[in-house]
This record gives sequence, structure tokens and C-alpha cells, in this order.
Amino acid sequence: MTTTLDAPAPAAPQPRHRAANRLTWLLKQRETGIAVAFILLLVVTTAVNPNFLFSTDGWRDLTLTPAILVCLAIGQAMVIITRNVDLSVGSTLGLTAYLAGRLFLDTGLPVIVVVLIAVAAGAVLGLINGALVAFAKVPALVITLGTLYVYRGIMLEWAGSDRINASDIPPGLLDFGTGSFLFIPNLAWISFALLAVVIYLMRSTRVGREFYAIGSDPDAATLYGLRDKRRVLQAFATSGALAGLAGILYVSRYGTISSGVGQGIELEAVGAAVVGGVAIFGGSGTVLGAALGAYLLVTINRALPILGIPDFWQQAVVGALIIGAIVLDRYFARRQHDKLLAEREDS
Amino acid sequence: MPDTPAALELRDVAKSFGPVRALRSGSLRVEAGSIHALVGENGAGKSTLVKIVAGLYRRDAGDYLLSGEHVDFRNTADAKQAGVAVIYQEPTLFPDLSVTENIFMGRQPTNRWGRIDRAAMRTEVVELFARLGVPIEPDRPTEGLSIADQQLIEIAKALSLDARVLIMDEPTAALSGNEVDRLMTVARTLRDQGCAVVFISHRFDEVFALCDTITVMRDGAYISTDAISEVTEDEIVQRLVGREVSDLYPKLEATVGKPLLEVKGLTRTGLFQDISLTVREGEIVGLAGLVGAGRSEVAQAIFGVDPYESGEVVLDGRPVPPGDPRRAIEMGLAFVPEDRRQHGLVLDAPISRNITLPTSGRLARTGLINSAIENRSAADWAARLEVKAATLDTLAGTLSGGNQQKVVLAKWLSTRPKVLIIDEPTRGIDVGTKSEVHRLLSTLAQEGLGILMISSELPEVLGMADRVIVLSEGHQTAELSREEATPEAVMRAATAHHSTTLNVSEAS
Repeated sequence: MTTTLDAPAPAAPQPRHRAANRLTWLLKQRETGIAVAFILLLVVTTAVNPNFLFSTDGWRDLTLTPAILVCLAIGQAMVIITRNVDLSVGSTLGLTAYLAGRLFLDTGLPVIVVVLIAVAAGAVLGLINGALVAFAKVPALVITLGTLYVYRGIMLEWAGSDRINASDIPPGLLDFGTGSFLFIPNLAWISFALLAVVIYLMRSTRVGREFYAIGSDPDAATLYGLRDKRRVLQAFATSGALAGLAGILYVSRYGTISSGVGQGIELEAVGAAVVGGVAIFGGSGTVLGAALGAYLLVTINRALPILGIPDFWQQAVVGALIIGAIVLDRYFARRQHDKLLAEREDS
Repeated sequence: MPDTPAALELRDVAKSFGPVRALRSGSLRVEAGSIHALVGENGAGKSTLVKIVAGLYRRDAGDYLLSGEHVDFRNTADAKQAGVAVIYQEPTLFPDLSVTENIFMGRQPTNRWGRIDRAAMRTEVVELFARLGVPIEPDRPTEGLSIADQQLIEIAKALSLDARVLIMDEPTAALSGNEVDRLMTVARTLRDQGCAVVFISHRFDEVFALCDTITVMRDGAYISTDAISEVTEDEIVQRLVGREVSDLYPKLEATVGKPLLEVKGLTRTGLFQDISLTVREGEIVGLAGLVGAGRSEVAQAIFGVDPYESGEVVLDGRPVPPGDPRRAIEMGLAFVPEDRRQHGLVLDAPISRNITLPTSGRLARTGLINSAIENRSAADWAARLEVKAATLDTLAGTLSGGNQQKVVLAKWLSTRPKVLIIDEPTRGIDVGTKSEVHRLLSTLAQEGLGILMISSELPEVLGMADRVIVLSEGHQTAELSREEATPEAVMRAATAHHSTTLNVSEAS
């Protein structure tokens, strides 16, 4: 060791400000902002119509309706964080829901086996997306737009004008889909559990951190020797599997499956992720934010009629929210960038 | 000491990309505890060699040994595992992630359950930074850090890997004086700890101050290795360029007329300072310098693609407004960019459409472009430039590099420019077509066109240019007449620090 490097060590963070730091950190998080917006929405709407929150139906709708979208938004957030996008999840949801229905109708397989098959089928559909993106090097937007139509087409060909009715579904599954535990609907519990697992995965495991790295700078990921193809495959497979699970949740909640199931929900999932602060060019944002985004979008849709906003404007409000979120994102990114540059000048 | 194996040894390593032989025979032997300089002109094959060592490219032939053992890396992770770390000129970090995460990405310490141990990572980073004497906050994102700080992060990464071989590919190109000193201190520390350091630089003062051994490469091959104390700067420069300007460059005599393009005091802070040059009728002016010297930036500013802060551009007596390439084209300026595939051509369109693109407004008399008119207009130029293609309907993307360049030239010549700015006219073009492009440029100059030619290939500049302007780190360090422009003089000016402006001679 030479003595040439005797500059003072970097100052350790001051412990006495830790609590205050925690609070400012929390206030600065994007998720906090969305949670606050969500609560404000609840307060205002409930003030206009107390039934929105304080009736049995109101509470159930509030907690149950977003569960399916939350599942999709989690998967979507993972994919977007790797600088890709998965537009095929709506079709995957539809196809797996119909697959599950057919299995109930045509075979006597136990529910749990059907669930596993549906999830696996979703994962396979996701893997196809991932393989095309990772190996054919075609942008995910194009690939998954293609598979959106392909998967839907397969379902239309298969289902025709048939539809599966609630009477064809095992009653146990339907009871589960509408039941609750500790005042929280079962489906919401499932989405919470998933969310917890994925938050852990994305925050504290190498796989999760590499998702962020690949989305942050794909070229750097190559130079780092990260297994980027494998990670992209994993992200898409997970998104597909979650869409498969969402298909099952759909069956258990609604019972009827027609060929239009899940149409357009992929855009809601992308919207939820974006509103939740997941940067559309990858590398930043969290699945928690995406889940909160899903809650916000679904709840806004239900709150607007109560607040007396005409039907016609409701879609526009959701659109404005998405654009607003992106504009806000750019603004914060710019401010953060300037701030970091300024810090560098100071040092 | 031939009995102890070198930390890093390459013997006759070769690498081709399609028909291009980027590296013919690269050899390098670096001992542990040494700082070894690797020098060569642009295109000498240094970067290819480095990328082979780093595991980014796989060699076609030759031996690669680490501490006497043969190795063959399939990717950069393998090379890192074996203790090879590379610091690139432009560090590649993840801007959204924290400094700590950037250092450990891909090899974070985890517990039994796969959970990343953030506290351990942070502790190690704080220690590393203390060792390097670097005051960087470990938790901040790397976005917004200076290149110097980013390089220090790369070095910290190398340290945490316990790298036995550390390669620095032109690390000082973007650094200020203080930052260079700090980097050199770090390099010496690593050497004293037994690391084999390879230092690639064009700045001879740094090479001679820091390194103990020097290897010269030229044209993709090994030339020499010497102890630094046994060679002089002049000897090295001679070996760097050591070749004759061949008759590849059919320079025709042209009558030089009135000034066409005058650039006065062009400045954009951080990129180029106070650039003044004149291009006359029938004259080819070479803009030489190393990669990163700011040549392309100057050209883009003149043409109006990029902004500049002060200075002015005058074309044939009339000022060219800044930031308005459309107006510049109308006034008679044409610009053939370096990356013709990205900026110069519509690859999916036929040759004819490409050629007529800038003049389509003129051709479309009724507001509609008719492909018959288009073909007629394009045919003239294609024939003059000898574009080799079956028909004018051939898609531009399917042509060879040389023919693509001719299409780009045809496109611009059809606008009847007075001055042509051409950035790297023959990059990626095979030797035969190269001389065709050169002959073409020569003929155009003879016909009265003023040409400003940017080139990294020294022989091309010396062979083609009537006058050579040399940039170094954004400063104009020399203006040499055709007679004065020897390879040594140009290399010297190109590697000069801007504080020591060399021998500026007026060539008017």
C-alpha cells in the first residue's frame, strides 16, 4: 500500500437526522404521491356519496375490482422496467380463461390442476413473446402487438361463438372468487401476496436488480456480462404467467367467458404502470407503484359517475391522468438530472 | 524475466469483421506490477485488441494467456471472473442505479435465500472509496456524475474484483488536469499492489510520465515493445505512422480561387473553442485530429445541425444562420455525415429516391413526385459517380459501403453545392472503392467545389488535402500547408495539449 492516497474517507451519513431523512425520503417517493391521490379520491367521492366506501357493496367493489388489473400491472411493470412492453396480456388472459373453462367443461380435472395449467400456459405464451424479442431483436412493441392479435385469433377460432357459463364452472371456484377473508376479498389477498413476492424479487435479488440494469442501459448490461437474453425471457414469462393467473381470477370472479374477455385490458395495465411511476423507457419505477396505479385507475373509473362527470368525459379523464403522469415524470427526471449535475459542480 | 509468466500475454491474435481485418497480428506482453503503454493511430487495432482481452469479442486466431495459462472467454463475465477489468473511454454505467449497485451489478453478495446484502455492499464501497481517496456518495444514482467520477467508479469496480489485469482505454481523453493526476495516482497505486496495468493514450506526456514499458501497434499489427527509458517520443511517433503515403491518393492539380467558406471563432463550450478556417474554390482542406478532438462537432455546427455559442459562418460572402441546415443547403452547403447508414441514406428506399431526396421540392412540379422524373434526374448523377447497381430501383441498404457513399455524394451533388463537408469519406470502404471516392473528390475540387474533409486516416488527409487543420481536444493546434504536413507534424499537433499551440503557420 502506498502512502499517496491519504485523502480523508468520505463522510459517513449523519445518524441523528435519520428519522427526518426517512420522512423526507418517504415524501419524495412517487408511490407516496399516488397513494395520496388515491386517498384524496376516496375522501372526496365518499363525501359526495358515503355509500362509495361505507356500504358492503362499495367496500367490496373498491377492494375486489382492481385485483385482476393489479396482477397484470405487476407483470407489465417488470417487463417495462427491462425496457420492453407486453401488449399481449389481454389476449393471454382471454385465452387462458377460455382454456380453463374448457378444461372444467370437458375434463373433470381438479381445480388446482386447472389453475396450474392456466398459469403454465400463460408462461408459455409469455416465453414466446420473450424469445421473439430477445432472439429476433424486434422491438417488443411490435412483437407483442402481433401476438395480441395472434393469441386472440387462436381464441376466436377455438371458441367461435361458444361461451362458457357460470353453471359450467365448479362452484367452489366461484365461491372463492366472490368470497372474502377478514373483510378483504380473496382475490385481493392473492394480488397482495403476489405483490409482496415481486416487490422482494425486484428489490432484493440479483434477478430483479438486473431487470433494472438492463432497462437502464442495455449496452452497459452487455459490457457487464449480464445474461440479458435470459432476463428478458424471464420478465416476459412472468408477465405471461401472471396474465394466466389473471385469467383464472377472471373465471372465478365472473364465471362467464366469451371470446371478448380481456380485450383492451393490456392498455389499462400499461396505463397503471405508467401512472404508478414506471418509466416507459425502463430502468426505474416499482411494482408497488404500478399496483397503486391500478387501484387509482380502477377507482377513478368508478368514482367519476358518482362525482357527476358525464360518461363521455370519463375516458378523457383517465387519458389526462396518464399524460399528466408522464409529463410529471419528465419534469421530475429533468429536475433530478439538473440537481445531480449541480451537485457535481459543487463538489 | 522470461521464466515467470507475464500477467497478460497475447500472441499473434487476429480478428476480422466480415472482409475487414481489424486486427492482423496483435501481440502484447504485460508483466505484473507494471504500467504498460499501448499506442497506435486510430484504426491500428488497439480497441479490437482490448475488446478481445475483455471477452467482448472472440479472437479468430492466436494465443491469449493469463499468468501463463491459456484462456478463452465467451463473454465479459468470464473475463471478469478471471481478473480482467477494462475501463473504457466512455464509462458504461447504469444511470438509474446507485453508485454501489453499479459497482456490484451481476455479482452482488447474497445470503442463502438469494437476498442481496446491501449493508455489506455499502461497507465495501465506503472502504474502496477511502482507499482511492474518492468523495463520491455511494447511494446516489450515477446519473449526472462527471466522466472522471464514472471512471473512478469503474476503477473501484476493478478493485473490488481483485483484478490482476486492468486495462484503461484512453481514460484521460475527457479529463481535466486535476482529474488526470488523480487517475495517475490511482494507476500507480494499483501497479504497486501487483496489478498489471495497460494504459492506452494518445498523449505522450502522460505515457512517458506514467508508464514503464511501451508497445506500438500499426495497421492491426504489433510493431515494437521497449522500456520507456530506452525510446524517445520521436522514435515512437515515427513507428506510429511509419508508412509511405501511397499512390492511393490521385490528387489532381486544381486552381485555388476565392474563399467560399469562412468560419470565424466558432465556439461551443466543452466541445470546441475558437475554430477559424477558410475553404477556397477548388481547394480540399483536411480537418485532422484524434477521435474525440471535436472535428465532427465542428462540421455539424458549421452545417447547422448542432448549435454553437459564438462565432460565425460565411458562405460565399453571405452569413449562414446558425442552426438551420435547410437554409445552409439552399445557400450551397452540403454535408456528408460520418455514419452514412444512419444519417445519410434512407436504406429502405431505392437509389433514385435517395439521390433526389434533397431536390424533390424542385422536381415535383405539380406537387407530386413522379418516379420517371426522379429516375431521369438520378440517372445523371449515378452515371457520373459510377454507382454500381443493377438498376436505380435497387434499395440503398443492399449496396456495398463504397457504393452507398457514392449515392450519398450523388444526393448532395444534385443540390449543386458550392462547398462540400465530408466526414470520414472512406470509413468502412474497401481499398479499391476508396481510391474511386478519392478520385471523385479530386475531380470535384478541380471543377471548383470547395471541400472540407474530416478524416481519421492520416494518409488520406496527407494524400488529399491542400491544407491541413489539426484539432486537439477542441482546440485548433496547427494549420499546415501541403508541404509542411508530414505525418510527424500532424500527429504531434493532434496529440498536443491545447496550452502548447504548435507552430501555427499561415498558408494563404
